[in-house]
Amino acid sequence: MMEHTSKAVLSVRNMSMNFGGLRALSEVDIEVRQGEVVALIGPNGAGKTTFFNCITGIYTPTEGQVLAYPRDGKEKRINGMRTNHVCELGMARTFQNIRLFPSMTALENVMIGRHCRTKTGILGAVLRGAKTRREEQEVVDKSYQLLKKVGLEKVANEYSRNLPYGAQRRLEIARALATEPFLLLLDEPAAGMNPQETLELKEMVTRIREEFQVSVLLIEHDMKMVMSLSDRIYVMEYGRVISTGTPVEVSADPQVIRAYLGEESDA
Amino acid sequence: MATNTLAANLKKSAIAALWLAFLTLPVMVIRVDTVEKTITWRWMHLLYMLVGSFVLAIAWHFMMDRRDRGAAARETEGGVQDSALSRTLNNPRVLRPLMALGFLVAATFPWVFSMYQTNILVSALIYVVLGLGLNITVGLAGLLDLGYVAFYAVGAYAYALLNYHFHLGFWTVLPMAAILGSFFGILLGFPVLRLRGDYLAIVTLGFGQIVKLVLENWNSFSFGPSGVSNISRPGLFGYSYSVEQATTYIYYIMLALVLLAILVTTRLKDSRIGRAWLALREDEIACQAMGIDNTRAKLMAFSLGATLAAVMGAVFAAKTTFINPASFSFMESAMILAIVVLGGMGSILGVILGAFLLILLPEYMRAFSEYRMLLFGATMILVMVFRPEGLIKARRKVYKINTETA
Amino acid sequence: MEYFLQLFFSGLSRGSVYALIALGYTMVYGIIELINFAHGEIYMIGAFTGLIVAGVLTSLGWPVLSILAVGIIVSVLYSAAYGYTVEKIAYKPLRNAPRLAPLISAIGMSILLQNYIMLAQTPDFLPFPRLIPDFAFMAPYQSFLDTGDLFIISTSLVVMVALTLFIKFTRMGKAMRATAQNRKMAMLVGVNVDQVISMTFIIGSGLAAVGGVLIAAHVGQINFYIGFIAGLKAFTAAVLGGIGSIPGAVLGGLVLGWTESFATGYVSSDYEDVFAFCLLILILIFRPAGLLGKQRAQKV
Repeated sequence: MMEHTSKAVLSVRNMSMNFGGLRALSEVDIEVRQGEVVALIGPNGAGKTTFFNCITGIYTPTEGQVLAYPRDGKEKRINGMRTNHVCELGMARTFQNIRLFPSMTALENVMIGRHCRTKTGILGAVLRGAKTRREEQEVVDKSYQLLKKVGLEKVANEYSRNLPYGAQRRLEIARALATEPFLLLLDEPAAGMNPQETLELKEMVTRIREEFQVSVLLIEHDMKMVMSLSDRIYVMEYGRVISTGTPVEVSADPQVIRAYLGEESDA
Repeated sequence: MATNTLAANLKKSAIAALWLAFLTLPVMVIRVDTVEKTITWRWMHLLYMLVGSFVLAIAWHFMMDRRDRGAAARETEGGVQDSALSRTLNNPRVLRPLMALGFLVAATFPWVFSMYQTNILVSALIYVVLGLGLNITVGLAGLLDLGYVAFYAVGAYAYALLNYHFHLGFWTVLPMAAILGSFFGILLGFPVLRLRGDYLAIVTLGFGQIVKLVLENWNSFSFGPSGVSNISRPGLFGYSYSVEQATTYIYYIMLALVLLAILVTTRLKDSRIGRAWLALREDEIACQAMGIDNTRAKLMAFSLGATLAAVMGAVFAAKTTFINPASFSFMESAMILAIVVLGGMGSILGVILGAFLLILLPEYMRAFSEYRMLLFGATMILVMVFRPEGLIKARRKVYKINTETA
Repeated sequence: MEYFLQLFFSGLSRGSVYALIALGYTMVYGIIELINFAHGEIYMIGAFTGLIVAGVLTSLGWPVLSILAVGIIVSVLYSAAYGYTVEKIAYKPLRNAPRLAPLISAIGMSILLQNYIMLAQTPDFLPFPRLIPDFAFMAPYQSFLDTGDLFIISTSLVVMVALTLFIKFTRMGKAMRATAQNRKMAMLVGVNVDQVISMTFIIGSGLAAVGGVLIAAHVGQINFYIGFIAGLKAFTAAVLGGIGSIPGAVLGGLVLGWTESFATGYVSSDYEDVFAFCLLILILIFRPAGLLGKQRAQKV
């Protein structure tokens, strides 16, 4: 478990998001500290994915502050920053309903992640000088190494649409890692996986955190995984954070039990 | 079982034929001349329609069955089978000798064949480059540009007018046309590239129309519908030469430009930028979330395509020595799109083959040149329905992995 | 003032026809999110069918107004049949294909139909018989509103009211609205989506045919190419009003009609089509949701 004194990498303060008259997120405060695995849980429609979209620039939050602290330590306000800039800054995500590039190979999918860390322009690509070739080879090699890390090196040249579901989820993680993030945002990484795959995924996330020195913020429904993997948990309901704390604290919170099991369990 | 499906096919086809014959009845059979006040009845056409659509319907249903079975097979096996043509032509052991042969023919063509033939080939080569340019925009980046011919017009008019007013030569204007093309590409691209795919299609279509209308109506600038004539042919270190020699000369210029265009597009396709375009085509949201600047990638694709078109425009003006707005209609854009679609979106080899097929076939088979656009339209539908990857599937680069490092 | 009124009414009649065609675009887009590029061609085929019917019936000596009525009915039926067939051939097999595929197929269909009419009929302009007579009671207003314009405006109005009632109150109309909102959900609650899509094409095509015959009878000549420009403009109208919105298509048609009418009347007639396309581009850039459309958040 991490020290509570370690500094924040993401700090969301008082954030709200309105769609027309609908308030999807209301005064949300969430913090992720260096090296932590933080989970965001809550019933369907609680606003978890909306939260992800707000901090990755897909939506611009209506109110509040989203502050990021990249590896250089400088505070950056990222409300309304464009999605690609957020990624370049070092926050990479996966998607709830897998969004790979279906007719590109697994390797190429990861190579796309290297885009923002490489430089070759039109002229460089056309002339294909030594520098371009070196960079290109580096991209290939690094991407292959990442595929190895998620156990997909054998299917490097398969089209991503032909991979099994669990492999696609892991490929999305490798692609996100290729952008060299300081914070990895995983949107239901275990959805659709069987218990064995979920277990492997859990071990993989732990390993990745150690090896790449990343913090992880994940949305997940699989309670077993959340409880054993996370350092801290935020529970959301109706667009609000209703509880926060360690897995043990949260699972004892009566509000959380009510949110999950409904009113009857009050008795 | 097989006879059963055959019977079902025949029955469906017969119904389809009757329906199509009924559908086409007024237009095909009756011709009203409202000036002479005569009516011609062409009942034979009804028979042709019945027989023709019956045959076509059988083929359609047969292909449809095959397609559905193919889709089912893909679901279970997970692999996509390349067609025999794609496999053969993408195989280096077949491709290399073919390329050598092609190069030999290309290099000696004007000395072996007549000027007339050379001229036709020059047109085909122009369409090869136009196809390659549009292939960047549509095939690689997935941006449907229906006003592509406008950039072609920009290059053609740039050369024609600069030549007319300032007597600038071909070689001076060629790079200017390229710059002007990319400038116009960015100018149009900047506001419209935020739009979703289908809106982009319609806006570029509108833009193409605007350019044509302006050329037709702004007489003091573009000489209106009558166009610009007496455009100089490309200079050759001050030597003068005959019309026949000019054709040969332009042929070699075109050949060089084709090779250059192939080099540029192939290298771009297999580069960091080409991959970004593919990602953009596949999923815009994921693409941007992975750190790619969508706007920048789109602008690059759009303006590169425009640059190639503008350069071809200058060559076209120098070749024909006469241009007018009629050469830059929507049908021209549609034809270039048909080349890209038929050849295979994203496939460089396919686009080259597509250009030769669609330009040379109607040229040599005069009998059906009348039906040219009809067939182009039908081709676009059939390719999309039955063979969306086109004649030759885009070749994927095989990456060599260096396992020792890292 | 008279000149202004003249432009106003000619814009109104022009706009009504744009609206009739735009309805087809908007309905199809609302349901399958496809720009039906062949829609302009359906309108053109409507006009040609009208011409053929008129030619045959004139030679049989029918009275003008009954020719007009029969002409409209037959072209509506035929165009509807064409619309239905076009969907079955070019769009239905591509329902699950990548977005670009049906769009390209639609362009192919548009080119195919244009050339089919050109080859089967004629590449030249054909004079269209005058089917709308000058009514005597119109004489005092003739200087700014001719019978043709009046006829177009009133017919369009009737057709649009009928469409609104159909969509509001019939079972099929409700199924259409449901499908437009959420195709999967509609399918789950038992709406036959294929049928709804077919019906959308049939109705849209029929409306375009009404527009085709009316405008041909008014302008007095047609050729195989009229569908292309008219289609592009009607699409502009649909986008202007907010694509997918039925009142939007009508509003967009009228705004476009007036814009063109006043711009050509007061500015210059050389650039008649340029105004429409510039309007299209400006709208798409600054207000892509259109005048009545709703801005939708993208789903991720």
